[in-house]
Amino acid sequence: MRLINRQPDRGGRLLLVLLPFALLLLAYFSGSATRLAENPNDKLLPSASQMTAAVNRLAFTEDKRTGEYVFWQDTKSSITRLMTGLAISAAIAVVIGIASGAIPLLSAPLSPLMTVLSMVPPLAILPVLFIVFGLGELSKVMLIVIGITPVLTRDLEQRVREIPQEILIKAQTLGANSWTLILRVVLPQVLPRLLIALRLALGSAWLFLIAAEAIASTDGLGYRIFLVRRYMAMDVIVPYVVWITLLAWLMDCGLHRLTTWAFPWYDKGVRS
Amino acid sequence: MIQVKNVWKQYGEQIVLERLNLEIQEGEFCALVGASGCGKSTFLRMLLGQESPSRGQILLDGQPLRAEPDPSRGVVFQRYSVFPHLSVLENVVIGMELPHSRFLGRLIGADKQRLRETAAALLTRVGLGHALDKYPSQLSGGMQQRLAIAQALIVKPRILLLDEPFGALDPGTRKDMHVLLNELWQEHKLTIFMVTHDLSEGFTLASRVLVFDKMRVDPHAPNAYGAHITYNIPVNRRKTSGALASVASLPGQPAIH
Repeated sequence: MRLINRQPDRGGRLLLVLLPFALLLLAYFSGSATRLAENPNDKLLPSASQMTAAVNRLAFTEDKRTGEYVFWQDTKSSITRLMTGLAISAAIAVVIGIASGAIPLLSAPLSPLMTVLSMVPPLAILPVLFIVFGLGELSKVMLIVIGITPVLTRDLEQRVREIPQEILIKAQTLGANSWTLILRVVLPQVLPRLLIALRLALGSAWLFLIAAEAIASTDGLGYRIFLVRRYMAMDVIVPYVVWITLLAWLMDCGLHRLTTWAFPWYDKGVRS
Repeated sequence: MIQVKNVWKQYGEQIVLERLNLEIQEGEFCALVGASGCGKSTFLRMLLGQESPSRGQILLDGQPLRAEPDPSRGVVFQRYSVFPHLSVLENVVIGMELPHSRFLGRLIGADKQRLRETAAALLTRVGLGHALDKYPSQLSGGMQQRLAIAQALIVKPRILLLDEPFGALDPGTRKDMHVLLNELWQEHKLTIFMVTHDLSEGFTLASRVLVFDKMRVDPHAPNAYGAHITYNIPVNRRKTSGALASVASLPGQPAIH
């Protein structure tokens, strides 16, 4: 049988899914064991017990100075910033994307502007944000907003334009005015697209968050990683990176679930 | 009721329609037939208000037609006629909500319940009573077109415009739709314009067949002359209602292109 026609069965598929992860872990821990056997003070590849100890210290022991659990405090700050940034971006993207996609008179001034603005490298203007908004929460959230809003907006604008002309005409023959047409026909049809665009922008959002935290912050997952780098504390960095990856993956799954749950018509509509 | 006065339509150099003159009485069922690209769909879009004539005018009851789609003219397209994000019932209910709620586009409470019942009654009439809660993507092509027709009729348009509504359906479903459309036309006293590729469909359903064709063709400049209504054929309905029944009993007659 040709390779392209061979399908793994259920068990086989699960095995194939887990295999690369297992190999990755195996490679890490065997490398770690080898290095630690040669030099017990090696810091580059900490062992599982070293990382567990570090997580215990940060996540399940009160910080002596502040009385807080550092790990959870970092997580809370980072997630708050990320969610705020995503929410603001999504709101702006819905308004501008639909306005410029559905209303030709607004498309002319908005569409080329968004195209140009989306080319500004967000990290290049990070110093400007710190100068303008100070070193507080605002500038970190703003970096996420500036980073992902243009992408979201342009995506939504495109999705609005992809709604068949027939649908828009039909709504008009049913008595819709411009506003109710957007509210009842355009908006509900692009909302699932917004969730998909958010999933795709999630990676960039984390990138901008970590970058902002690394440069100016007093807590947060990105801040902690860059802080302990000075002591080469790989036993902290590795669990933090794994934790960030897990959080990002959970958000991705959550958004996917939300899409299928809130818009049951969407997936089928795409396939038909 | 509808007067078409010396209407031309051109896109740049290309003349699509020329010298259209037509008068249609209320309650007529006009089938627009002709070769592909001869402007019959363009004519339908002008009646709809989606496009406007380059020259001449179209009058409805002596008044120029509004230059954008409105509830006086319902429409059913071959595809994309229904809202994919609304259930079958909501697809029809929205037609009663939109004209009455200018800011929210929706009604609530007892009003909504009343609309639901009206919509359900119409949907049962077109044969979708069992599928009220389904989404359009779960319906077959024929059922989607039934829904599109019900949706268009709920706002009680005076004119119903059909752009190859049954073009994508299989012959058996198409015949069921012919019977339904014929009944609805008589029940609702509609004026119907239907674009079709299928000549026999035109002659069995319509009370008037309008044939679009190019009168003159310049082989060196094929776009120099537009199409014209070459034949305007009134069809004797009494004879054809019998013909409709006989066509409905024939097994799958091929479409004429």
